[in-house]
Amino acid sequence: MASKKTPEINATSTADIAFLLLVFFLATTTMNVDSGMFRRLPPYQPDIENAPKIAKRNILQVLVNRNDLLSVNGELTDVNNLKAKTIEFLLNPNNNGDLPAKEIKQIDLLGNVEVSKGVVSLQSDKGTSYNMYIAVQDQLAAAFNEVRDQKALSKWGKKYATLNQEEQDAVRAWIPMTISEAEPKSVK
Amino acid sequence: MAKFKKDGKRTVPAVSTASLPDIVFMLLFFFMVSTTMREVTMMVNNQLPLATQIAKLEKKSLVSNIYIGLPLATYQRVYGTEPRIQLNDKFANLQDIGAFIASEREARKEEERNSLTNNLKVDRFTTMGIVTDLKQELRKANSLRINYGAKQKN
Repeated sequence: MASKKTPEINATSTADIAFLLLVFFLATTTMNVDSGMFRRLPPYQPDIENAPKIAKRNILQVLVNRNDLLSVNGELTDVNNLKAKTIEFLLNPNNNGDLPAKEIKQIDLLGNVEVSKGVVSLQSDKGTSYNMYIAVQDQLAAAFNEVRDQKALSKWGKKYATLNQEEQDAVRAWIPMTISEAEPKSVK
Repeated sequence: MAKFKKDGKRTVPAVSTASLPDIVFMLLFFFMVSTTMREVTMMVNNQLPLATQIAKLEKKSLVSNIYIGLPLATYQRVYGTEPRIQLNDKFANLQDIGAFIASEREARKEEERNSLTNNLKVDRFTTMGIVTDLKQELRKANSLRINYGAKQKN
């Protein structure tokens, strides 16, 4: 009686093969997710003659020099105080004459609201360290995000991040991220 | 009647390894899905700054990376000790940015070309001079979406 069964394939080495593949993928891939601060650059304009004139009260002038010293409206400031100053500048709670003016705007979902005309003007030197520059950008972004959170809480009782798309758009129109970076100066 | 056999040798049965390949394959698939291919070999120091207000970059396929930092020790004799720009696997000058942006755009689908984001991975110990120059070049190339690469603080 000739039973012609095909012999079973030895599967012992499958584990080894899979291990090889696994090690290959471990070695050639990275797990880190890119993260950072998204910004949009202004379009390139060779002539900056027709820069819009902005009243002095509407500008928060942030300067960072080559020694990583920070000045806000001409006053030497620590980075940790920048957020508080920016929030005060954006909100102008007491309608102070030195802080930005507000204009009434019609925004979807919100109706007529007061929108600050304030612009943060950021200028850095060639010698400023990138670390400091990011710290300043971070503090400014933190200020804007906190004000947006406040507004979202007062309107919907939720934080900005948990709002839906339309509500986020409305808050963004209410508190626009107005950080303007000065054109680099060729000689300084 | 039941018999109680008692033969002297009591061998422990071998552990079956039949499921070992399955387990390893599971691990393999996990790593294949959750990781990305390493795209370039770093030629510059690249220690990203720390920040609190960061967001994850969406859509990996629409990101082009630009690295800036001091050349690594092995390249310093040739490329100097000033911060340099690295594009793909080469050191680049500011004049190369325009061509790089054009080629990155060329590699994407036509409808996606305008939503290309430049991920600036700048070493925290560089100075702003080279970054500002790079930003000017990007503006000239009309590639305005940028991301300042940073890591989460705490």
